[in-house]
Amino acid sequence: MSCSAIFILDLKGNVIMSRNYRGDVELTQIEKFMPLLVEKEDEGRVSPILQNGNTSYIYIKHMNIFLVSLSKKNANAALILSFLYKCVEVFSSYFKDLEEESVRDNFVVIYELLDEMMDFGYPQTTEPKILQE
Amino acid sequence: MTDSKYFTTTKKGEIFELKTELNSDKKEKKREAVKKVIASMTVGKDVSALFPDVVNCMQTDNVELKKLVYLYLMNYAKSQPDLAIMAVNTFVKDCEDPNPLIRALAVRTMGCIRVDKITEYLCEPLRKCMKDEDPYVRKTAAVCVAKLHDINPTLVEDQGFVELLNDLLSDSNPMVVANAVAAITEINESRPMVRINLQTVNKLLTALNECTEWGQVFILDALANYEPKDEREAQNICERISPRLAHANAAVVLSTVKVLMKLINLLPENSDFITQLIKKLAPPMVTLLSAEPEIQYVALRNINLIVQKRPEVLKQEMKVFFVKYNDPIYVKMEKLDIMIRLAQQNNISQVLSELKEYAAEVDVDFVRKAVRAIGRCAIKVEQSSEKCVATLLDLIQTKVNYVVQEAVVVIKDIFRKYPNRYENIISNLCENLDTLDEPEARASMIWIIGEYAERIDNADELLESFVEGFHDENTQVQLQLLTAVVKLFLKRPTDTQQLVQRVLSLATQDSDNPDLRDRGYIYWRLLSADPGAAKEVVLAEKPLISEETDLLEPSLLNQLVCHIGSLASVYHKPPTSFIDATRQPLRAAPVNATNDSKTPATSQTPQHQPQSTVIPSQDNLIADLLSLDLTAPAAPSYQQPQAAIPGLDDLLGGFDMGATTNTAASLGGIGLNAPLPNPGAPPALDIFGGFGNESNNTFGFQQPPTSASNVSNGYVAPKELWLDASKGKGLQIEGTFARRNGTIFMEMVFTNKVMQPLSDFAVQFNTNSFGLTPTGPINVDAILPNQSANVEVSCRTNGEARKTDPLTSLQHKYAWKFLFN
Repeated sequence: MSCSAIFILDLKGNVIMSRNYRGDVELTQIEKFMPLLVEKEDEGRVSPILQNGNTSYIYIKHMNIFLVSLSKKNANAALILSFLYKCVEVFSSYFKDLEEESVRDNFVVIYELLDEMMDFGYPQTTEPKILQE
Repeated sequence: MTDSKYFTTTKKGEIFELKTELNSDKKEKKREAVKKVIASMTVGKDVSALFPDVVNCMQTDNVELKKLVYLYLMNYAKSQPDLAIMAVNTFVKDCEDPNPLIRALAVRTMGCIRVDKITEYLCEPLRKCMKDEDPYVRKTAAVCVAKLHDINPTLVEDQGFVELLNDLLSDSNPMVVANAVAAITEINESRPMVRINLQTVNKLLTALNECTEWGQVFILDALANYEPKDEREAQNICERISPRLAHANAAVVLSTVKVLMKLINLLPENSDFITQLIKKLAPPMVTLLSAEPEIQYVALRNINLIVQKRPEVLKQEMKVFFVKYNDPIYVKMEKLDIMIRLAQQNNISQVLSELKEYAAEVDVDFVRKAVRAIGRCAIKVEQSSEKCVATLLDLIQTKVNYVVQEAVVVIKDIFRKYPNRYENIISNLCENLDTLDEPEARASMIWIIGEYAERIDNADELLESFVEGFHDENTQVQLQLLTAVVKLFLKRPTDTQQLVQRVLSLATQDSDNPDLRDRGYIYWRLLSADPGAAKEVVLAEKPLISEETDLLEPSLLNQLVCHIGSLASVYHKPPTSFIDATRQPLRAAPVNATNDSKTPATSQTPQHQPQSTVIPSQDNLIADLLSLDLTAPAAPSYQQPQAAIPGLDDLLGGFDMGATTNTAASLGGIGLNAPLPNPGAPPALDIFGGFGNESNNTFGFQQPPTSASNVSNGYVAPKELWLDASKGKGLQIEGTFARRNGTIFMEMVFTNKVMQPLSDFAVQFNTNSFGLTPTGPINVDAILPNQSANVEVSCRTNGEARKTDPLTSLQHKYAWKFLFN
């Protein structure tokens, strides 16, 4: 039902920030994400959910960043995707443009938000009003 | 030498700077320093050397600073477990802080740090937080139980957290209930501990309306696992969750659909209620298609399943699935799939005109799929076949290479469904022979020629041109060519004799492919022995192909429908095929465990890859010391350690204690490789076969040179701690295996760590792959407090053996028994 870790990557696939929730996925797995994506693009079989062995990459693209969620279990894909979109919404409400620069500028806030919004891979509070406590 | 100092000094410089700043008195400076540390951590620099200094900043009133320090700890605690202990005191104190945010933060962070020593300290604070007055703390504590269960399931069960979690289901705050449900669902996945009963369901349904969207998903997913007793219950639940179908969040909608689909199965078919319900299902699914593209994709994959299971749901909604020009390619392909599934007589003309337009699109894969879709529609809806064929002919006229090829393949299928109906187009097809270069297209064309050889005047010429380049062809084409020529011969024996002989010899003598050769021989012998029989065999009446060729098989479909919204429903594969079962706690209930690990993976699943960078496993009774877990998924049917024999009073504190040890390491001294060099082939049984052999042909010396360990009778691996006193109720056992004169001995040191003398020891091995069992009783006198004794037990390998799964896993269990005097 849940995701193991969330990463924010730039367009080249470099990790800008990450948050590990469950500790069951090696953080090096994220390095396989970009090559896999490029490979799928070449084959013309892109999809928002990629699979590499037992690891599933569920991701969305926003401006010039990717938000990628890794999972090793039978995660609830719809839940994770809507959560990622909600993250974008929340981040954008905090600092108007969500892209690579603003992520680096506000990493402290993003860490705190990621902490509040998801616990052990289960989405918690995501309403911007409540979060601004 | 001298230059390397530049590296160290610069590093020291940066880190040294940070160190001083961290230890400064000014709060501002500290905060800035910690931020810098976190920033360095984020970009991947190693700042673990600053651990003690960061920990010193932990005791602060500033919440922001505390959060940052906790973040740092979460990251580095694993690599510095001893230093992490320093933080424990502050954690425990923070769990009682007047500020609920801090209490929750402390509990949450402690749960994320997977260091055993810290986990031990987590229990008490967690217990208190579960009963905290602030709901925020309670909800955090609920999730924390799930975390703890992941680290140490036994601890959770023994300490009674599951009951506490159950109590939280009755909490007044819906978020607490939701988190508790999520935790319970997760715990139940590995070991069904909590049964959801009707009362719980009612509580959940009440909380459902007040939760956030995420909480609603947790509750709905938990409801999906509930089996209602009768129709009325099922109906009741359906009614209470139907309003969720209107929710904006796609996950809520899909989870609701999942529960409804499951419950519908329990209701009587064709009842009014079901028809009503099914009508209600359509609009929300249509709404899902206006969501973001990724979510559309997940929705479409799920709709694919739903339509296969209950076609009536979306029967009238064809238009919604028409492809929009700006849909991403993955959405387009899925929509096309659904369109075909929904095609029927009343909408087929719409569909066909759409498909024709798609065939003129730019994306090659999409166009091919569209052309193929036209063919599938023709096969599915008989009345449309005429139109489809006409459309296909038009497309062939376009002379676009991949379109023509795809059309040929599809026309072949149409011929298979409607033989003798459309032969007039064959001449059109033959005109385009040159453009066919893909194997499937060529093979299809050849099949057509062979099948209708009697109607094609120049069939022999056409086939001959193919035969010219026989060896350059793909196997599929070669096989088809062989069959086609034989058919031709049987229909027109007079002028095709030479051709058939040529082909047969090409196939049988000049080819490497065994299938081709065999087929060639079969035909040859058939033709030479009895041409009449050959005719009957080769030109026999063929069954017509069925309408839909790529439906999922029913059992898989049923399984996937239970997982709507999850990855399984997107991959269209069962969860067991892509989840690594080694991550499941080893104490899973035997039925579940064996089912999960032994479910045969489908042929397309990736192999279980040995994870050489496995996260170190936790310290529990079944210590997987050899975490180089090169073996297949370990869901062994270990027997649970037997509970203390009831009825014994304190004096006779005898009990059975399960302890496992990894014999591999100690057996390494006896000439075995630890780890086994080839995980795939279990030589284990053979190795131990050598032990039962009493002759002096000591197996060890005959070990092939690949064996890493140097073997001699004298070498014995050092004793390892097998049983810790805290788990052994006062008895500590260190042991190793040794081999002397062909017999295995278990050499141990028993240490008495309690106040009473211990005596009357006995040991029993669980049946294991090697048939290892003690030969005699343990002969040792009573051990006084704080004394140690050396104990030796000889073992034999011809005891009862039972395959443990995995076979090559060198772990087995023992039960120890002793008396307190």
